[in-house]
Amino acid sequence: MINGISINMYLMLSTIIFIIGAIGVMARRNTIILFMCIELMLNAVNLLLVAFSRLHNDSNGQVFVFFVMAVAAAEVAVGLAILSMIYRNIKSIDTDLLSKLKN
Amino acid sequence: MLGYTITQWTFGILSFLAIMFALMVVFSRNPVNSVLYLVLTFFCIAGHYLLLNAQFLAVVHIAVYAGAIMVLFLFVIMLMNLNQDTEPQKTALSKLIAGVIGGLLLIVLVGALKGTEQLQLTQYGHSDIGLVKNLGTVLFREYLFPFEIVSILLLSALVGAIMIGKKEIK
Repeated sequence: MINGISINMYLMLSTIIFIIGAIGVMARRNTIILFMCIELMLNAVNLLLVAFSRLHNDSNGQVFVFFVMAVAAAEVAVGLAILSMIYRNIKSIDTDLLSKLKN
Repeated sequence: MLGYTITQWTFGILSFLAIMFALMVVFSRNPVNSVLYLVLTFFCIAGHYLLLNAQFLAVVHIAVYAGAIMVLFLFVIMLMNLNQDTEPQKTALSKLIAGVIGGLLLIVLVGALKGTEQLQLTQYGHSDIGLVKNLGTVLFREYLFPFEIVSILLLSALVGAIMIGKKEIK
């Protein structure tokens, strides 16, 4: 049952959550928080996919959300492994200290 | 109730809570608090999925994100012993620039989406597209090959994470 809610409200909600995630990626230096903000942006997109699949009465959008979830899980697993490796080597996960490629 | 239906009230409350918890994820100092607020955001988004008749997806969302991925985050934070004191902070100028860029992006996206057609999410057609039976049929008939590719991707991510996380590679 979903009455009286237009797709534009979901568009606005997803946009706001996506922008919050983008601001978090730009404003924080802790790499784990950066990963969490990427998850937030992926979830904004997922929410919009489900809303459009409801609008068109089409299951394909929801199946696509499954694939996004699987790829996000793989990304987080490999990313956190790399992160713990970095922490073991330089004892920090500050993004500003990871500047060896700069010069 | 003030001319709004119960669905609209639910949508408004869930949206408000999701946005508030998402802001708390970005702005809380302690990484553990950030993870817990992110779990609450995921619960609000699962509520949205229930509102959109995607019941199975809501359950999978809670199980995968709140159950698995967030526990992984908490374990890594625990292993690194992160807390409020070790938290690196950007300068006020770069935070301001990030806020300005985000605000401009918000203005552009909202301006682009404002003029679109107001399509109502009405209850026409069959509303059981989010159930396991329907989704499984679509997944294993039309998306069988991508499904197998995703399983290989998860396997390679598993092997890769173990290889990277090992102490010494001989």
